[in-house]
Amino acid sequence: MPVTSLLLIIITSLFFTGIIIRTKSILSGRKGPGIFQPLKDIWRLFRKGAVYSKTTSFVFQVAPSVYFSSVLVAVLFIPFGDQRGLISFNGDFVFFAYTLALGKFFMIISSLDTGSSFEGMGASREALYSLLVEPAFFILMGSFALLTGHTSFFEIFSTLHFGSYISYAVGTLAAFVIVIIAMVENSRMPVDDPKTHLELTMIHEVMILDNSGFDLGLIFYTTNLKFAMYGAIIANFFLTPGHELYYSIPIFIATQALFAIGVGIIESFMARFRMNHNPQFIFTLTSISLLIFLGVLLMLGKII
Amino acid sequence: MSFSNWIFLVTVLFLFLTIFVNEGWKGSMAALGVLVNAGLSSFIAIKVFCGQPCQENIYGGYIFGNIPVRVDALAAWFILLTNFTLLTGILYGRRYMKQYKGQRANLSLHFVSYIVIHFSMIGIFCVQNFLAFLCVWEMMAICSFLLVIFEHHKIETIKAGINYLVQAHIGIVFLMIGFIWIHFHTGSYDFNAITQYSSAVTHAVSFVLFSCFFIGFGIKAGFVPFHTWLPYAHPAAPAHISGIMSGVIIKLGIFGILRMLLLIKGNYLVMGYTVLIISVISGVYGVMLAIVQHNVKKLLAYHSIENIGIIGIGIGLGAIGIGMHNSYLAFAGFAGALLHTLNHSLFKSLLFYCAGTVYQATHTMDIEHLGGLIRKMPHTAFLFLVAALAICGLPPFNGFISEFLIYSGLFHAIHLDKLSLAMNMIVSICGLVLIGGLALLCFTKAFGVIFLGTERHPHQAQVQEAEFSKLFPKYLVAVLIILIGIVPQFFVGVIEKPLALFTSGLPADASVSAFISTLQKISISVAGLILLSALTFLVRKKITASKNISSAPTWGCGYVAPTPKLQYTANSFVRSYRKLVKPVLMMNKKETEMKGIFPEPVHTVTHPYDRMEALLIDTPIRYLKGFMRRFRFLQNGNPQFYILYGVIFIFIAIVIPLLLNVAHYIIQLFKQI
Repeated sequence: MPVTSLLLIIITSLFFTGIIIRTKSILSGRKGPGIFQPLKDIWRLFRKGAVYSKTTSFVFQVAPSVYFSSVLVAVLFIPFGDQRGLISFNGDFVFFAYTLALGKFFMIISSLDTGSSFEGMGASREALYSLLVEPAFFILMGSFALLTGHTSFFEIFSTLHFGSYISYAVGTLAAFVIVIIAMVENSRMPVDDPKTHLELTMIHEVMILDNSGFDLGLIFYTTNLKFAMYGAIIANFFLTPGHELYYSIPIFIATQALFAIGVGIIESFMARFRMNHNPQFIFTLTSISLLIFLGVLLMLGKII
Repeated sequence: MSFSNWIFLVTVLFLFLTIFVNEGWKGSMAALGVLVNAGLSSFIAIKVFCGQPCQENIYGGYIFGNIPVRVDALAAWFILLTNFTLLTGILYGRRYMKQYKGQRANLSLHFVSYIVIHFSMIGIFCVQNFLAFLCVWEMMAICSFLLVIFEHHKIETIKAGINYLVQAHIGIVFLMIGFIWIHFHTGSYDFNAITQYSSAVTHAVSFVLFSCFFIGFGIKAGFVPFHTWLPYAHPAAPAHISGIMSGVIIKLGIFGILRMLLLIKGNYLVMGYTVLIISVISGVYGVMLAIVQHNVKKLLAYHSIENIGIIGIGIGLGAIGIGMHNSYLAFAGFAGALLHTLNHSLFKSLLFYCAGTVYQATHTMDIEHLGGLIRKMPHTAFLFLVAALAICGLPPFNGFISEFLIYSGLFHAIHLDKLSLAMNMIVSICGLVLIGGLALLCFTKAFGVIFLGTERHPHQAQVQEAEFSKLFPKYLVAVLIILIGIVPQFFVGVIEKPLALFTSGLPADASVSAFISTLQKISISVAGLILLSALTFLVRKKITASKNISSAPTWGCGYVAPTPKLQYTANSFVRSYRKLVKPVLMMNKKETEMKGIFPEPVHTVTHPYDRMEALLIDTPIRYLKGFMRRFRFLQNGNPQFYILYGVIFIFIAIVIPLLLNVAHYIIQLFKQI
């Protein structure tokens, strides 16, 4: 059933941030909030009133909704092992990436709409970093298109199979790249620290300084959804065809949980980079994905 | 009577009408002329699409001989999109020019040039005789020059105009070389002679011929490094002229390249790779420069270079497809290129019209001086947003569809052949992705700083929304932009006819028809995206309606006295980007240093400049000037001297043949000895 993936992603998205926060609190020796705390926060935000800046226009009102629905539409493309996503066609990952970009576009202009210097700063960084991360994703998908001869998420993941040693290296690298892309896109640790309270060093959080109430809740939930979406892509590397549902669902959930715990661990033991070193770091992703591309070329015997 | 005669008659009639009517009516008369011409030519074009190719011969006197006028599907496609943009252009321009009241002669010339340029463009698409083609091409070049220099009392306008004229003629020189070359070998002026000649010679020779035409048409299209006229001409022209120049006039170059690809027989792989590489460079370089511009129109002009790059990627991919006998590649490439030609003509003209409206309301084009216009000009802001989203290639707008076509071709080609193809494709994909990302950065900056936030600068006049007649043509364009985004399968269906010209010789491929169903799925996803956004927004509205909503100043993180000056500026928005690309771009930065105990206000001014232009145009010109300076003594302003030069010239002209004869005679003599 094509709905499986959507349902699973939505279910896992509910717990995702909770697991991250729990991991962080355990690792730092605190008691910490429960797993459901972020959900409760979002629920409370949904029921709150809002304060809108006087300088804002309709763009500010529309943007969170567009952001949420862009991510939700992107989720529809993610397959689940050998089951299609709700929408699937050749080259669907192009649509996937560009839909996410649409949401980003709206978030960026909505933060410029407030006319705040901090939010402009966040918007500028978000635009630049998401631009830098994009080539890595496309080269990665290009490598898989080269490897499998297909150009849609579902076909790529359902025909992907690892055989030789070099292919395991490629698979590991690819998972690594996706993890880092997810971290950058969700403004997490090595690039951005959402928990810092110095606006000058934040990216995503500083963009939404003026959002409140339902909008803020929507934005927070969208972040969870986005995390779970990337987690689902990583899980798909392990859901090779032939697995029955009672194997693949636990694998999927385990991958998501591991991913969330991994994010928590990274955030606990890693310091944030200096802001002006971020572009170099993000750009290394592109070189890693080029490495993957070369690896695939080697596997297919196109070199030599 | 044949259709070319009709169009000619209509053009002449409306020329006279436009000249002789009252000043207030000139614009409307020109609009009517363009409308009638557009109706006539669109009728022919639609007939061609329905499968009745139009062909006729005009007798052009002793010099031209027979001028064949053939309208094939490619010409028909370009005629249709030209007609639409020129029509919206004149509808908008008619109102735009109202503020130049009193310049009667100037307005006459402007509107007359507009009618003539429409006529000459239809001519360019249909005429298939070298001489006649060069004539209409020249007519188009001169008319566009006249249109650009409307505000000719401004020194920078006239400079930009001359720059444009010179570069246009360098392009024409290359076209002439190509045509003379063909005529020399075949003795014919007909375009078919190109096919005849190029199929008889080796691939290398036909490649040189192709390069010759590519440079000629590439200057018009604005491929890097032939792009340097664009950033000057577009800001100088009135908004509707910038719109049609960027929308359709630079597409004449694309048309020429496509036409030559149809006519020249040679190694398509090499041609394709060449076009592809140049296009990727054009696209990335264009948008990289666009980001650092702070003049709205100049920014848009650099985006034209970027979009020409995208179209070129499509053309290159298509040519590679023909070279590899792969109809899917040829389909994806050429369909992407043709559709993006239409798409770019739509969103770019809309952007320029919006920029023009902003200019007339605020009298400035400097982004840093604008801001907060969305409350005073909501319609213009909305239209600009639509066009900005479209130019970034985001769904659900038209730009995405053509980029998607090109992407799917590139991803399809990646596993087809050897290493070289895969490497080329991955670099092109990378280029296209970068173009998309950079465009997003650029247009969030442009839209955000122009329309959002608060006013950065007090404006002299009351800023208000444009009237309906100015908005109407813009909405017309916007509707088409959204339509293409939502039902792409229909528009890709329309371009099947011109596509068939390119793919007819290739084996039929089942995946091409599968592509239409892919487009249907895109259509569904796009509709889903829109519906979902609307639904979320409605839910939000419903829930927040019962809640306590208040408004307050923007949160200044504890700072309680905000002024508009605190806002992020366009320059600071792109600062980290600018630092990143410093090695590639040329930024002339002027900074005053802080001095003394009570320092004066400090200013930093940056002037972005084009490194390619500095390298390829400015440096050679400087050397040329230095060389020519040595001969300055000849120009001493003394008429007697000039007469002397004339006499010397005539003397030399007579003596040289004589001397040659003598030399020849002596050599013969020696040989006899």
